[in-house]
Amino acid sequence: MSVVVVLIGASLLVASGFLIAYLWAVKSGQYDDKYTPSVRILFENQKKENRNKKTEDRNKKEEEKSEPSSSS
Amino acid sequence: MTVYQILNESNLCDYYAIDQTPGASRKHHIKRNYEFLNDSDLKHKLIDFTNGEKTAITFEIPQMHCSSCIWILENLYKLDDGIVSSKVNFLQKKIYLQFLESKTSLRKIVELLDSIGYEPQLNLEEKNEEKSKSEYKKLYYKIGVAGFCFGNIMLLSFPEYLSVSLSEQENLKHLFAYINIVLALPVFFFSSSDYFISAWKGLKKKIVNIDVPIALGISVLFFRSLVEIIFFHGAGYLDSLSGLIFFLLAGKLFQNKTYDTLNFERNYKSYFPIAVTIRKDGRETTIPVEKLAVGNRLIIRNNELIPADAVLIKGEANIDYGFVTGESIPVHLKNGEMIYAGGKQIGSAVEVETVKDVSQSYLTQLWNNKAFHEERESRITSLANTISKYFTFAITAIAVAAGLYWLPNYNTAFDAFTAVLIIACPCALALSTPFTLGNTLRIFGRNKFYLKNTHTIEKLASVEMIVFDKTGTITENGAAHVQFVGNDLSHEDKMLIKSAARNSSHPLSRAVFNFLDTVEIKNPVYYDEQTGGGIYAVIENRDVKIGSAGFVSHDRSDSNNDLTTQVYISIDNNFKGFFSITNKYRQGLEDVVSGLERDYELALLSGDNEGEKEKLKKYFAKNSELYFRQSPHDKLKFVQEHQRSGKKIMMIGDGLNDAGALKQSDIGISISDDTNNFSPACDGILDSVSFHRIKDFIAFSRTSKKIIIASFILSFIYNLIGLDFAFQGLLSPLIAAILMPISSISVVLFTTAVTNIIAKQRGLI
Repeated sequence: MSVVVVLIGASLLVASGFLIAYLWAVKSGQYDDKYTPSVRILFENQKKENRNKKTEDRNKKEEEKSEPSSSS
Repeated sequence: MTVYQILNESNLCDYYAIDQTPGASRKHHIKRNYEFLNDSDLKHKLIDFTNGEKTAITFEIPQMHCSSCIWILENLYKLDDGIVSSKVNFLQKKIYLQFLESKTSLRKIVELLDSIGYEPQLNLEEKNEEKSKSEYKKLYYKIGVAGFCFGNIMLLSFPEYLSVSLSEQENLKHLFAYINIVLALPVFFFSSSDYFISAWKGLKKKIVNIDVPIALGISVLFFRSLVEIIFFHGAGYLDSLSGLIFFLLAGKLFQNKTYDTLNFERNYKSYFPIAVTIRKDGRETTIPVEKLAVGNRLIIRNNELIPADAVLIKGEANIDYGFVTGESIPVHLKNGEMIYAGGKQIGSAVEVETVKDVSQSYLTQLWNNKAFHEERESRITSLANTISKYFTFAITAIAVAAGLYWLPNYNTAFDAFTAVLIIACPCALALSTPFTLGNTLRIFGRNKFYLKNTHTIEKLASVEMIVFDKTGTITENGAAHVQFVGNDLSHEDKMLIKSAARNSSHPLSRAVFNFLDTVEIKNPVYYDEQTGGGIYAVIENRDVKIGSAGFVSHDRSDSNNDLTTQVYISIDNNFKGFFSITNKYRQGLEDVVSGLERDYELALLSGDNEGEKEKLKKYFAKNSELYFRQSPHDKLKFVQEHQRSGKKIMMIGDGLNDAGALKQSDIGISISDDTNNFSPACDGILDSVSFHRIKDFIAFSRTSKKIIIASFILSFIYNLIGLDFAFQGLLSPLIAAILMPISSISVVLFTTAVTNIIAKQRGLI
């Protein structure tokens, strides 16, 4: 029956993982605005110009990667 | 530069593709001067945070209305290099911006926003919402923790429910019970802390509120479970405890419906400009309004608000006090005359000199009244709290009786005593109020009647007297509807009539004055105004008569009905025709007044003159009080006096002039044509399209109260069943675990279903 003890422990561990995830989500402000993200996700991603170089470079790489797939 | 040009330059024309109707046409585009934003004191009051390099700021942008707005505002960095990030909260109509001080400035950003049509609302209201936000988050935490513990405790209690025989595994059972204790600790000490705090606060004020029996029940549940598990190797009632807390918190969350875009706490600061143009040493500069001192020379342009009482120095002032008094007709002032704060200049720029501080001005003094500072204990206690007083004493008495009954038998006596307190824990009682009122709040919201919180509904149900403001509340905003009946007037006739009407402050003359579109105005050589008659003026040797039929000596053979007022015109004793003026009262005013008259005392307070008294008398019953020429202070006093005689008063108003009365009354409702516009501090905002339903709203709030009472009765029945077990000392964890959730859930279902059914019957859904 000791397997039950192990399983209980495991289930509590998994459940607390979800609890922590939930608390983090609240803390990071995901419950502050329940509407705007639903609109934001529908906007097309655009080339981000004029930003600092790092993101520009990253975007360029992403463009290169995405170009063949979009053209096909 | 047009908005399109700006967007096109930065390749942002997707703006026009996202939503059907992006943008709003800018009606009066005035190039505003944002020079004052360079003032560092002011800047620090506006921004959220800065480290010298990077600055964060939150703007309120009321123009935000569609997904295109979100898109353009979140792409602001393309228009200004210095903007690092921008994030929109659409429901609150806010934008959070971060920018680099080295590349841009606050002023530049505000100018940019203004140039693309999203003028941010700059005001210095205290940022108190941060607090409520963290409170909201705390509730989410608590509910999460309670839900987590509830689920796991239930799981671990399953063997107990199924009475699985674990006789050979006694140890395992104990282990489960101890894990349950560990899981119940955060529920007891964290999730339920609000109830203990509130109960303690209540007791300190010698009020037995609903949280007292709840706190009592929770603690008895917890400690009896501890005793049972540790000393008697029992199972305890921890599953009931955590479930109870979880349901209670869910009710709280449901009750906390808030209308993000509406602001119920505004004061004059949000109406006033935050900066003004002054003339100093012959130069024009802008300074923040807070730095405005007595003796400063202000330049007030068209449509600008005067922030402090001042004296007119130069120019022609036409001051619209609509904001302050509700009187929509501008007042013409000459040099040296006083202009009161809150007035709006219409016409060309004028120069004024301030004579009082902003906070000491005539209008703003209203906010120094104690009605605005005292945290007033509401005179209307909630139903749940009224009942809980008796309930708590009754339950304690029963518990003691149960204990005494078993007395020589100490174990059973303890069992019975605690079981009564556990079973009587008024969870259903505590749940029925938030769910009924929360649902009512939503039903009202669907009908464009937005209330600040659920307690307002209970207040609404106990109203005894209703006080109306006139202008903007029972009349529609905007000028009266004027029509000329007769032969077409020549240009000269129009000029003569307008010139004669200009000198009269009678509302009808003002309506005629505003209706005529000629610009030319001559001063009359002779002018006489007879009260109740009309105007006789001689202009350029011509006799002009404007007034009632008798005054103009015209027999009233023309159509004459009660709803329109006629202003007759004769020039050189030739009858020209008449202006038919329909005052636009709100649709359904007659029904509203006659419907409410039967059950409530009605009163009307108007900042206007008596011009419409006779007409209004037709609407209101004889015993209703109608007062005219009421200053904002008079209105506040009126409410105060009637409250002293013990009446519960509802004030319905719209402008700043009602702010004091709205605040002082037991429930202040502000009526608005556009709920996004400002409205003074109040308990609720009513969209004017739902004006005719006021009676339905009050009636429904009373119904809600009855529904709560019905659900109380339901929960008492459950309590009686439970008490039967408890008294006999037979309350097993299993019975508790079944009875308590069933009673809670059935009460929630009952109240939600009944409110919805009744709302549907009355056409509110």
